[in-house]
Amino acid sequence: MMGSDVVRLEDVWVSYDGTAALDGINLRVSEHDFLGIIGPNGGGKSTLLKVLLGLVTPSRGMVTVLGNPPEKSRNKVGYVPQHSNFDRNFPVSVQEVTMMGRYGKTGLLRRYNSSDRQAAEKALSRVGMLDHAGSQIGQLSGGQQQRAFIARALVADPELLLLDEPMASVDSAMQTEFYELLEDLKKEMTIIMVSHDIGAVSVFVDKIACLNVQLYYHGSREITPEILEATYKCPVQLIAHGDIPHRVLREH
Amino acid sequence: MTMPEIFQYEFMRNALAAGLLASVACGIVGVYVVVKKIVSMSGSIAHASFGGIGLGYLLKFSPVLGAMLFALLSAITMGLVTRKTKLPEDTATGILWALGMALGVIFIGLTPGYAPDLMSYLFGNILTVPASDIYLMAALDVIIVALVIAFYKEFLLLSFDEEFGTVVGMPVDGLYLLLLCMVALTVVVLIRVVGMILVIAMLTFPAALARQFTHDMKKMMLLAVVFGMVFTFGGLWLSYVLNLASGATIILLSGLVLLLSYTATGLRHRFSAHKTAI
Repeated sequence: MMGSDVVRLEDVWVSYDGTAALDGINLRVSEHDFLGIIGPNGGGKSTLLKVLLGLVTPSRGMVTVLGNPPEKSRNKVGYVPQHSNFDRNFPVSVQEVTMMGRYGKTGLLRRYNSSDRQAAEKALSRVGMLDHAGSQIGQLSGGQQQRAFIARALVADPELLLLDEPMASVDSAMQTEFYELLEDLKKEMTIIMVSHDIGAVSVFVDKIACLNVQLYYHGSREITPEILEATYKCPVQLIAHGDIPHRVLREH
Repeated sequence: MTMPEIFQYEFMRNALAAGLLASVACGIVGVYVVVKKIVSMSGSIAHASFGGIGLGYLLKFSPVLGAMLFALLSAITMGLVTRKTKLPEDTATGILWALGMALGVIFIGLTPGYAPDLMSYLFGNILTVPASDIYLMAALDVIIVALVIAFYKEFLLLSFDEEFGTVVGMPVDGLYLLLLCMVALTVVVLIRVVGMILVIAMLTFPAALARQFTHDMKKMMLLAVVFGMVFTFGGLWLSYVLNLASGATIILLSGLVLLLSYTATGLRHRFSAHKTAI
Protein backbone atom coordinates (compact mmCIF):
# COMPACT_ATOMS: atom_id res chain seq x y z
CA MET A 1 0.00 0.00 0.00
CA MET A 2 2.92 2.31 -0.67
CA GLY A 3 0.91 4.15 -3.26
CA SER A 4 -1.44 5.64 -0.68
CA ASP A 5 1.36 7.57 1.03
CA VAL A 6 0.69 11.24 0.45
CA VAL A 7 4.09 12.22 1.78
CA ARG A 8 7.19 10.08 2.07
CA LEU A 9 10.54 11.24 3.35
CA GLU A 10 13.45 8.83 3.56
CA ASP A 11 16.64 9.88 5.31
CA VAL A 12 16.26 13.54 4.37
CA TRP A 13 19.10 15.94 5.28
CA VAL A 14 19.07 19.70 4.85
CA SER A 15 21.72 22.15 6.01
CA TYR A 16 22.13 25.90 5.71
CA ASP A 17 25.75 27.07 5.54
CA GLY A 18 26.99 23.99 7.32
CA THR A 19 24.39 24.03 10.10
CA ALA A 20 22.02 21.09 10.00
CA ALA A 21 18.37 22.08 9.74
CA LEU A 22 16.99 18.60 9.13
CA ASP A 23 18.92 15.55 10.16
CA GLY A 24 17.98 12.18 8.69
CA ILE A 25 14.22 12.64 8.63
CA ASN A 26 11.97 9.69 7.89
CA LEU A 27 8.29 10.44 7.68
CA ARG A 28 5.20 8.93 6.13
CA VAL A 29 1.85 10.62 5.92
CA SER A 30 -1.17 8.70 4.66
CA GLU A 31 -4.24 9.95 2.93
CA HIS A 32 -6.63 12.02 5.11
CA ASP A 33 -4.15 12.17 7.97
CA PHE A 34 -4.16 15.35 9.99
CA LEU A 35 -0.56 15.63 11.16
CA GLY A 36 0.66 18.27 13.57
CA ILE A 37 4.39 18.94 13.60
CA ILE A 38 5.57 20.53 16.82
CA GLY A 39 8.97 21.63 17.99
CA PRO A 40 10.88 24.71 19.06
CA ASN A 41 11.51 27.70 16.83
CA GLY A 42 14.44 27.03 14.55
CA GLY A 43 13.80 23.32 14.82
CA GLY A 44 13.33 22.91 11.08
CA LYS A 45 9.52 22.88 10.91
CA SER A 46 9.24 25.49 8.17
CA THR A 47 12.18 23.92 6.37
CA LEU A 48 10.34 20.61 6.35
CA LEU A 49 7.32 22.26 4.71
CA LYS A 50 9.61 23.93 2.18
CA VAL A 51 11.11 20.55 1.35
CA LEU A 52 7.59 19.25 0.70
CA LEU A 53 6.97 22.21 -1.61
CA GLY A 54 10.25 21.77 -3.45
CA LEU A 55 11.43 25.20 -2.32
CA VAL A 56 14.36 23.64 -0.48
CA THR A 57 16.29 20.75 -2.03
CA PRO A 58 17.69 18.26 0.50
CA SER A 59 21.38 17.47 0.27
CA ARG A 60 20.56 13.80 0.84
CA GLY A 61 17.55 11.57 0.93
CA MET A 62 14.36 10.99 -0.99
CA VAL A 63 11.16 13.02 -0.96
CA THR A 64 7.91 12.12 -2.67
CA VAL A 65 4.69 14.09 -2.48
CA LEU A 66 1.58 12.43 -3.91
CA GLY A 67 3.82 9.88 -5.62
CA ASN A 68 6.03 12.43 -7.41
CA PRO A 69 8.96 14.72 -6.66
CA PRO A 70 7.71 17.82 -4.79
CA GLU A 71 8.05 20.22 -7.75
CA LYS A 72 5.80 17.96 -9.85
CA SER A 73 3.04 17.88 -7.23
CA ARG A 74 2.79 21.58 -6.51
CA ASN A 75 -0.52 21.98 -8.34
CA LYS A 76 -2.10 19.49 -5.91
CA VAL A 77 -0.69 21.11 -2.78
CA GLY A 78 -2.20 24.08 -0.98
CA TYR A 79 0.20 26.18 1.06
CA VAL A 80 -0.53 28.70 3.80
CA PRO A 81 2.79 30.39 4.59
CA GLN A 82 3.81 31.80 7.94
CA HIS A 83 1.85 34.94 8.44
CA SER A 84 4.52 37.47 9.22
CA ASN A 85 6.07 38.06 5.83
CA PHE A 86 3.82 40.19 3.72
CA ASP A 87 3.45 43.92 3.16
CA ARG A 88 0.27 45.06 4.97
CA ASN A 89 0.11 48.11 2.73
CA PHE A 90 0.22 46.19 -0.53
CA PRO A 91 -2.46 47.39 -2.98
CA VAL A 92 -4.29 44.10 -3.39
CA SER A 93 -7.80 42.92 -2.47
CA VAL A 94 -8.83 39.69 -0.74
CA GLN A 95 -10.40 38.55 -4.01
CA GLU A 96 -7.13 39.17 -5.91
CA VAL A 97 -5.11 37.34 -3.26
CA THR A 98 -7.45 34.35 -3.48
CA MET A 99 -7.19 34.28 -7.29
CA MET A 100 -3.42 33.91 -6.98
CA GLY A 101 -4.06 30.34 -5.87
CA ARG A 102 -5.56 29.64 -9.31
CA TYR A 103 -2.30 30.47 -11.07
CA GLY A 104 -1.27 26.81 -11.37
CA LYS A 105 -4.55 26.00 -13.14
CA THR A 106 -4.43 29.06 -15.39
CA GLY A 107 -0.79 29.48 -16.30
CA LEU A 108 1.43 32.05 -17.93
CA LEU A 109 -0.16 34.72 -20.16
CA ARG A 110 -3.72 33.41 -19.73
CA ARG A 111 -6.35 35.47 -17.99
CA TYR A 112 -8.38 34.23 -15.06
CA ASN A 113 -11.80 33.21 -16.36
CA SER A 114 -15.25 32.81 -14.85
CA SER A 115 -14.53 29.34 -13.45
CA ASP A 116 -11.49 30.79 -11.64
CA ARG A 117 -13.71 33.52 -10.25
CA GLN A 118 -16.34 30.99 -9.15
CA ALA A 119 -13.65 28.91 -7.45
CA ALA A 120 -12.44 32.01 -5.62
CA GLU A 121 -15.97 32.81 -4.51
CA LYS A 122 -16.47 29.25 -3.28
CA ALA A 123 -13.17 29.25 -1.38
CA LEU A 124 -13.92 32.63 0.19
CA SER A 125 -17.40 31.62 1.32
CA ARG A 126 -15.98 28.40 2.74
CA VAL A 127 -13.68 30.36 5.06
CA GLY A 128 -16.43 32.91 5.71
CA MET A 129 -14.69 35.76 3.93
CA LEU A 130 -16.94 36.36 0.94
CA ASP A 131 -18.25 39.60 2.45
CA HIS A 132 -14.70 40.93 2.58
CA ALA A 133 -13.75 39.96 -0.98
CA GLY A 134 -13.32 43.59 -2.02
CA SER A 135 -11.35 44.71 1.03
CA GLN A 136 -7.67 45.51 0.85
CA ILE A 137 -5.84 42.67 2.58
CA GLY A 138 -4.06 44.90 5.10
CA GLN A 139 -7.28 46.38 6.44
CA LEU A 140 -8.44 43.04 7.86
CA SER A 141 -7.72 41.59 11.29
CA GLY A 142 -4.97 39.00 11.60
CA GLY A 143 -7.46 36.15 11.75
CA GLN A 144 -9.30 37.38 8.69
CA GLN A 145 -6.05 37.71 6.76
CA GLN A 146 -5.23 34.14 7.74
CA ARG A 147 -8.61 33.03 6.38
CA ALA A 148 -7.93 34.81 3.11
CA PHE A 149 -4.62 32.97 2.80
CA ILE A 150 -6.36 29.68 3.53
CA ALA A 151 -8.87 30.52 0.78
CA ARG A 152 -5.92 31.12 -1.55
CA ALA A 153 -4.61 27.66 -0.68
CA LEU A 154 -8.02 26.01 -1.12
CA VAL A 155 -8.99 27.65 -4.37
CA ALA A 156 -7.13 25.11 -6.49
CA ASP A 157 -8.78 22.10 -4.73
CA PRO A 158 -5.59 20.70 -3.20
CA GLU A 159 -5.16 17.09 -2.06
CA LEU A 160 -2.59 18.13 0.54
CA LEU A 161 -2.80 21.27 2.67
CA LEU A 162 0.32 22.63 4.37
CA LEU A 163 -0.12 25.21 7.14
CA ASP A 164 2.85 27.01 8.69
CA GLU A 165 2.07 28.37 12.18
CA PRO A 166 -1.55 29.16 11.30
CA MET A 167 -2.48 29.96 14.91
CA ALA A 168 0.03 32.75 15.35
CA SER A 169 -2.32 35.46 14.13
CA VAL A 170 -5.66 33.98 15.17
CA ASP A 171 -6.94 35.44 18.40
CA SER A 172 -8.10 32.96 21.02
CA ALA A 173 -11.80 33.72 20.48
CA MET A 174 -11.46 32.60 16.86
CA GLN A 175 -9.38 29.50 17.52
CA THR A 176 -12.26 27.08 17.95
CA GLU A 177 -13.91 28.35 14.81
CA PHE A 178 -10.61 27.97 13.02
CA TYR A 179 -10.23 24.35 14.11
CA GLU A 180 -13.78 23.60 13.08
CA LEU A 181 -12.81 24.74 9.62
CA LEU A 182 -9.80 22.41 9.64
CA GLU A 183 -11.95 19.59 11.01
CA ASP A 184 -14.23 20.12 8.03
CA LEU A 185 -11.36 20.28 5.54
CA LYS A 186 -9.75 17.12 6.80
CA LYS A 187 -12.61 15.07 5.35
CA GLU A 188 -11.47 16.10 1.89
CA MET A 189 -7.71 16.38 2.10
CA THR A 190 -4.58 15.49 3.97
CA ILE A 191 -3.39 18.24 6.29
CA ILE A 192 0.04 18.93 7.73
CA MET A 193 0.18 21.73 10.26
CA VAL A 194 3.31 23.14 11.82
CA SER A 195 3.15 24.85 15.20
CA HIS A 196 5.21 25.59 18.27
CA ASP A 197 2.03 25.62 20.35
CA ILE A 198 1.74 22.04 21.63
CA GLY A 199 -1.49 22.51 23.49
CA ALA A 200 -3.34 23.99 20.55
CA VAL A 201 -2.16 21.40 18.08
CA SER A 202 -2.66 18.26 20.08
CA VAL A 203 -6.37 18.63 20.69
CA PHE A 204 -7.33 18.59 17.05
CA VAL A 205 -4.77 16.67 15.04
CA ASP A 206 -4.79 12.90 14.64
CA LYS A 207 -1.06 12.42 14.63
CA ILE A 208 1.89 14.31 15.98
CA ALA A 209 5.50 14.54 14.93
CA CYS A 210 8.07 16.17 17.21
CA LEU A 211 10.79 17.88 15.27
CA ASN A 212 13.96 19.54 16.44
CA VAL A 213 16.44 19.02 13.61
CA GLN A 214 15.86 15.31 14.15
CA LEU A 215 12.44 13.74 14.22
CA TYR A 216 11.91 12.57 17.81
CA TYR A 217 8.53 11.02 17.56
CA HIS A 218 5.89 10.29 15.06
CA GLY A 219 2.62 8.61 15.79
CA SER A 220 -0.63 9.00 17.66
CA ARG A 221 -1.13 12.16 19.62
CA GLU A 222 -0.44 10.68 23.03
CA ILE A 223 3.06 11.89 23.72
CA THR A 224 5.02 11.51 26.90
CA PRO A 225 6.94 14.23 28.74
CA GLU A 226 10.13 12.29 27.90
CA ILE A 227 9.55 12.77 24.19
CA LEU A 228 8.85 16.42 24.70
CA GLU A 229 12.01 16.69 26.72
CA ALA A 230 14.01 15.16 23.92
CA THR A 231 12.42 17.48 21.38
CA TYR A 232 12.57 20.72 23.27
CA LYS A 233 15.82 20.13 25.19
CA CYS A 234 16.13 22.97 27.75
CA PRO A 235 12.67 24.57 27.66
CA VAL A 236 11.14 21.23 28.44
CA GLN A 237 11.07 21.91 32.18
CA LEU A 238 8.51 24.54 31.52
CA ILE A 239 6.40 22.38 29.28
CA ALA A 240 6.64 19.06 31.14
CA HIS A 241 5.97 20.60 34.47
CA GLY A 242 2.91 19.26 36.22
CA ASP A 243 0.34 17.36 34.22
CA ILE A 244 -0.77 20.11 31.87
CA PRO A 245 0.41 18.40 28.69
CA HIS A 246 -1.28 15.15 29.72
CA ARG A 247 -4.57 16.77 30.37
CA VAL A 248 -4.56 18.74 27.16
CA LEU A 249 -3.37 15.83 25.11
CA ARG A 250 -5.93 13.28 26.22
CA GLU A 251 -8.99 15.40 26.08
CA HIS A 252 -11.04 15.62 22.93
CA MET B 1 3.18 83.41 -24.34
CA THR B 2 -0.33 81.98 -24.47
CA MET B 3 -0.86 78.25 -24.68
CA PRO B 4 -1.54 77.86 -28.45
CA GLU B 5 1.38 80.13 -29.26
CA ILE B 6 3.71 77.87 -27.32
CA PHE B 7 2.92 74.93 -29.57
CA GLN B 8 3.95 76.74 -32.70
CA TYR B 9 7.48 75.80 -31.75
CA GLU B 10 8.63 72.29 -32.56
CA PHE B 11 10.68 72.04 -29.39
CA MET B 12 7.57 72.78 -27.32
CA ARG B 13 5.55 70.12 -29.13
CA ASN B 14 8.41 67.69 -28.54
CA ALA B 15 8.59 68.68 -24.90
CA LEU B 16 4.86 68.01 -24.52
CA ALA B 17 5.17 64.61 -26.18
CA ALA B 18 8.25 63.73 -24.11
CA GLY B 19 6.47 64.70 -20.91
CA LEU B 20 3.42 62.60 -21.72
CA LEU B 21 5.46 59.56 -22.77
CA ALA B 22 7.69 59.82 -19.69
CA SER B 23 4.67 60.03 -17.39
CA VAL B 24 3.12 56.87 -18.83
CA ALA B 25 6.30 54.83 -18.33
CA CYS B 26 7.19 56.16 -14.89
CA GLY B 27 3.63 55.91 -13.59
CA ILE B 28 3.15 52.28 -14.57
CA VAL B 29 6.60 50.87 -13.85
CA GLY B 30 7.01 53.14 -10.82
CA VAL B 31 4.13 51.32 -9.10
CA TYR B 32 6.05 48.03 -9.34
CA VAL B 33 9.26 49.74 -8.22
CA VAL B 34 7.49 51.04 -5.13
CA VAL B 35 5.42 48.00 -4.14
CA LYS B 36 8.20 45.50 -4.90
CA LYS B 37 10.65 47.72 -2.98
CA ILE B 38 13.28 47.85 -5.69
CA VAL B 39 13.85 51.60 -5.52
CA SER B 40 17.58 51.50 -4.90
CA MET B 41 18.03 48.69 -7.39
CA SER B 42 16.30 50.84 -9.99
CA GLY B 43 18.59 53.73 -9.01
CA SER B 44 21.53 51.47 -9.66
CA ILE B 45 20.23 50.52 -13.11
CA ALA B 46 19.72 54.20 -13.91
CA HIS B 47 23.21 55.23 -12.84
CA ALA B 48 24.88 52.27 -14.53
CA SER B 49 23.39 53.52 -17.80
CA PHE B 50 25.92 56.36 -17.65
CA GLY B 51 28.52 53.84 -18.88
CA GLY B 52 26.44 53.46 -22.04
CA ILE B 53 26.14 57.20 -22.52
CA GLY B 54 29.93 57.46 -22.35
CA LEU B 55 30.34 54.56 -24.77
CA GLY B 56 27.98 56.30 -27.18
CA TYR B 57 30.14 59.41 -27.12
CA LEU B 58 33.35 57.42 -27.52
CA LEU B 59 32.19 55.22 -30.39
CA LYS B 60 30.03 57.96 -31.95
CA PHE B 61 26.64 56.30 -31.76
CA SER B 62 23.54 57.62 -29.98
CA PRO B 63 24.22 57.98 -26.24
CA VAL B 64 20.55 57.10 -25.64
CA LEU B 65 21.02 53.74 -27.33
CA GLY B 66 24.18 53.27 -25.28
CA ALA B 67 22.19 54.03 -22.14
CA MET B 68 19.57 51.48 -23.16
CA LEU B 69 22.23 48.83 -23.73
CA PHE B 70 23.88 49.45 -20.37
CA ALA B 71 20.59 49.74 -18.48
CA LEU B 72 19.41 46.39 -19.87
CA LEU B 73 22.78 44.76 -19.22
CA SER B 74 22.88 45.99 -15.65
CA ALA B 75 19.25 44.92 -15.07
CA ILE B 76 20.02 41.40 -16.27
CA THR B 77 23.29 41.26 -14.31
CA MET B 78 21.53 42.48 -11.19
CA GLY B 79 18.73 39.95 -11.60
CA LEU B 80 21.09 37.03 -12.16
CA VAL B 81 23.52 38.02 -9.40
CA THR B 82 20.81 38.46 -6.76
CA ARG B 83 19.06 35.22 -7.74
CA LYS B 84 21.95 32.91 -8.50
CA THR B 85 24.68 33.98 -6.08
CA LYS B 86 24.82 34.66 -2.36
CA LEU B 87 25.88 38.28 -2.85
CA PRO B 88 23.44 40.48 -0.90
CA GLU B 89 21.13 42.55 -3.08
CA ASP B 90 22.33 45.72 -1.40
CA THR B 91 25.97 45.02 -2.22
CA ALA B 92 25.21 44.14 -5.84
CA THR B 93 23.26 47.39 -6.12
CA GLY B 94 26.20 49.47 -4.91
CA ILE B 95 28.76 47.69 -7.09
CA LEU B 96 26.80 48.05 -10.32
CA TRP B 97 25.88 51.65 -9.54
CA ALA B 98 29.53 52.69 -9.16
CA LEU B 99 30.98 50.53 -11.93
CA GLY B 100 28.59 51.94 -14.54
CA MET B 101 29.33 55.50 -13.51
CA ALA B 102 33.10 54.89 -13.50
CA LEU B 103 32.98 53.37 -16.98
CA GLY B 104 31.03 56.39 -18.21
CA VAL B 105 33.61 58.80 -16.82
CA ILE B 106 36.48 56.83 -18.42
CA PHE B 107 34.72 56.59 -21.81
CA ILE B 108 33.96 60.30 -21.87
CA GLY B 109 37.55 61.06 -20.84
CA LEU B 110 38.80 58.97 -23.77
CA THR B 111 36.49 60.75 -26.21
CA PRO B 112 38.48 63.36 -28.14
CA GLY B 113 37.15 66.90 -27.79
CA TYR B 114 34.07 68.06 -25.99
CA ALA B 115 31.01 65.93 -25.13
CA PRO B 116 28.01 67.97 -26.29
CA ASP B 117 24.69 67.72 -24.34
CA LEU B 118 26.35 65.74 -21.57
CA MET B 119 24.52 67.84 -19.00
CA SER B 120 21.17 67.08 -20.60
CA TYR B 121 21.76 63.33 -20.16
CA LEU B 122 22.83 63.82 -16.56
CA PHE B 123 20.18 66.31 -15.45
CA GLY B 124 17.66 66.23 -18.28
CA ASN B 125 16.32 68.94 -20.49
CA ILE B 126 12.82 68.39 -21.70
CA LEU B 127 13.11 71.37 -24.08
CA THR B 128 15.88 69.83 -26.16
CA VAL B 129 14.45 66.36 -26.82
CA PRO B 130 14.98 65.60 -30.52
CA ALA B 131 12.19 64.02 -32.58
CA SER B 132 14.18 60.81 -33.02
CA ASP B 133 14.20 60.30 -29.24
CA ILE B 134 10.44 60.93 -29.11
CA TYR B 135 9.89 58.00 -31.48
CA LEU B 136 12.16 55.80 -29.37
CA MET B 137 10.31 56.84 -26.21
CA ALA B 138 6.95 56.08 -27.85
CA ALA B 139 8.15 52.64 -28.96
CA LEU B 140 9.43 51.83 -25.46
CA ASP B 141 6.13 53.00 -23.94
CA VAL B 142 4.26 50.62 -26.25
CA ILE B 143 6.52 47.74 -25.20
CA ILE B 144 6.11 48.56 -21.49
CA VAL B 145 2.31 48.87 -21.65
CA ALA B 146 2.02 45.68 -23.70
CA LEU B 147 4.17 43.75 -21.19
CA VAL B 148 2.16 45.00 -18.23
CA ILE B 149 -1.15 44.08 -19.91
CA ALA B 150 0.18 40.64 -20.86
CA PHE B 151 1.78 39.86 -17.49
CA TYR B 152 -0.47 41.78 -15.12
CA LYS B 153 -1.44 38.80 -12.95
CA GLU B 154 2.13 37.50 -12.96
CA PHE B 155 3.65 40.81 -11.88
CA LEU B 156 0.99 41.19 -9.18
CA LEU B 157 1.83 37.78 -7.71
CA LEU B 158 5.57 38.41 -8.14
CA SER B 159 5.36 41.68 -6.24
CA PHE B 160 3.06 40.42 -3.51
CA ASP B 161 4.40 36.98 -2.66
CA GLU B 162 7.25 35.53 -4.69
CA GLU B 163 7.49 32.36 -2.65
CA PHE B 164 3.84 31.57 -3.29
CA GLY B 165 4.47 32.32 -6.96
CA THR B 166 7.09 29.57 -7.00
CA VAL B 167 4.76 27.21 -5.19
CA VAL B 168 2.02 27.65 -7.81
CA GLY B 169 4.56 27.05 -10.57
CA MET B 170 5.20 30.58 -11.82
CA PRO B 171 8.63 31.21 -13.41
CA VAL B 172 9.51 33.85 -10.82
CA ASP B 173 13.17 34.33 -11.72
CA GLY B 174 12.38 34.96 -15.38
CA LEU B 175 9.58 37.37 -14.51
CA TYR B 176 11.83 39.18 -12.06
CA LEU B 177 14.40 39.67 -14.82
CA LEU B 178 11.64 40.92 -17.12
CA LEU B 179 10.51 43.40 -14.46
CA LEU B 180 14.05 44.73 -14.04
CA CYS B 181 14.37 45.04 -17.83
CA MET B 182 11.13 47.07 -17.82
CA VAL B 183 12.73 49.34 -15.24
CA ALA B 184 15.75 49.64 -17.56
CA LEU B 185 13.52 50.66 -20.50
CA THR B 186 11.74 53.19 -18.30
CA VAL B 187 15.10 54.69 -17.35
CA VAL B 188 15.74 55.25 -21.05
CA VAL B 189 12.33 56.86 -21.52
CA LEU B 190 12.97 59.21 -18.59
CA ILE B 191 16.61 60.06 -19.22
CA ARG B 192 15.91 62.94 -21.60
CA VAL B 193 13.27 64.47 -19.35
CA VAL B 194 14.83 64.48 -15.88
CA GLY B 195 18.30 63.05 -16.54
CA MET B 196 19.82 59.77 -15.35
CA ILE B 197 20.73 61.13 -11.93
CA LEU B 198 17.14 62.12 -11.16
CA VAL B 199 15.37 59.22 -12.91
CA ILE B 200 14.89 57.45 -9.60
CA ALA B 201 12.73 60.30 -8.33
CA MET B 202 10.28 60.02 -11.24
CA LEU B 203 10.16 56.26 -10.74
CA THR B 204 9.27 56.73 -7.08
CA PHE B 205 7.41 59.97 -6.37
CA PRO B 206 4.31 59.69 -8.59
CA ALA B 207 3.73 56.05 -7.59
CA ALA B 208 4.33 56.75 -3.89
CA LEU B 209 1.86 59.62 -4.04
CA ALA B 210 -0.72 57.50 -5.88
CA ARG B 211 -0.45 54.89 -3.13
CA GLN B 212 -1.74 57.50 -0.69
CA PHE B 213 -5.08 57.56 -2.49
CA THR B 214 -5.94 54.00 -3.52
CA HIS B 215 -5.51 50.33 -2.62
CA ASP B 216 -6.17 49.13 -6.17
CA MET B 217 -3.07 48.56 -8.24
CA LYS B 218 -4.64 49.48 -11.58
CA LYS B 219 -6.02 52.72 -10.18
CA MET B 220 -2.67 53.36 -8.58
CA MET B 221 -1.01 53.11 -12.01
CA LEU B 222 -3.52 55.46 -13.61
CA LEU B 223 -3.16 57.98 -10.80
CA ALA B 224 0.64 57.77 -10.94
CA VAL B 225 0.55 58.51 -14.69
CA VAL B 226 -1.67 61.54 -14.04
CA PHE B 227 0.59 62.75 -11.20
CA GLY B 228 3.60 62.28 -13.48
CA MET B 229 1.99 64.54 -16.07
CA VAL B 230 1.03 67.17 -13.52
CA PHE B 231 4.56 67.22 -12.08
CA THR B 232 6.26 67.26 -15.49
CA PHE B 233 4.23 70.14 -16.90
CA GLY B 234 3.86 71.97 -13.60
CA GLY B 235 7.61 71.70 -13.10
CA LEU B 236 8.32 72.79 -16.65
CA TRP B 237 6.11 75.85 -16.25
CA LEU B 238 7.70 76.72 -12.89
CA SER B 239 11.20 76.35 -14.32
CA TYR B 240 10.21 78.75 -17.13
CA VAL B 241 8.74 81.31 -14.72
CA LEU B 242 11.60 81.08 -12.21
CA ASN B 243 14.30 80.53 -14.81
CA LEU B 244 15.54 77.26 -13.24
CA ALA B 245 16.73 73.91 -14.63
CA SER B 246 13.63 72.03 -15.79
CA GLY B 247 14.58 68.49 -14.69
CA ALA B 248 15.46 69.53 -11.16
CA THR B 249 12.37 71.75 -10.86
CA ILE B 250 10.13 68.84 -11.89
CA ILE B 251 11.70 66.68 -9.17
CA LEU B 252 11.53 69.38 -6.50
CA LEU B 253 7.87 70.05 -7.26
CA SER B 254 6.97 66.34 -7.02
CA GLY B 255 9.04 65.93 -3.87
CA LEU B 256 7.29 68.88 -2.27
CA VAL B 257 3.82 67.57 -3.13
CA LEU B 258 4.72 64.11 -1.83
CA LEU B 259 6.01 65.60 1.41
CA LEU B 260 2.85 67.68 1.83
CA SER B 261 0.72 64.62 1.20
CA TYR B 262 2.61 62.56 3.80
CA THR B 263 2.31 65.40 6.30
CA ALA B 264 -1.42 65.72 5.69
CA THR B 265 -1.92 61.98 6.13
CA GLY B 266 0.14 62.03 9.31
CA LEU B 267 -1.86 64.93 10.73
CA ARG B 268 -5.16 63.31 9.78
CA HIS B 269 -4.19 60.07 11.53
CA ARG B 270 -3.11 61.96 14.61
CA PHE B 271 -6.32 63.98 14.57
CA SER B 272 -8.57 60.93 14.19
CA ALA B 273 -6.59 59.08 16.90
CA HIS B 274 -7.13 62.11 19.11
CA LYS B 275 -10.85 62.07 18.37
CA THR B 276 -11.21 58.38 19.21
CA ALA B 277 -9.29 58.96 22.42
CA ILE B 278 -11.88 61.54 23.43
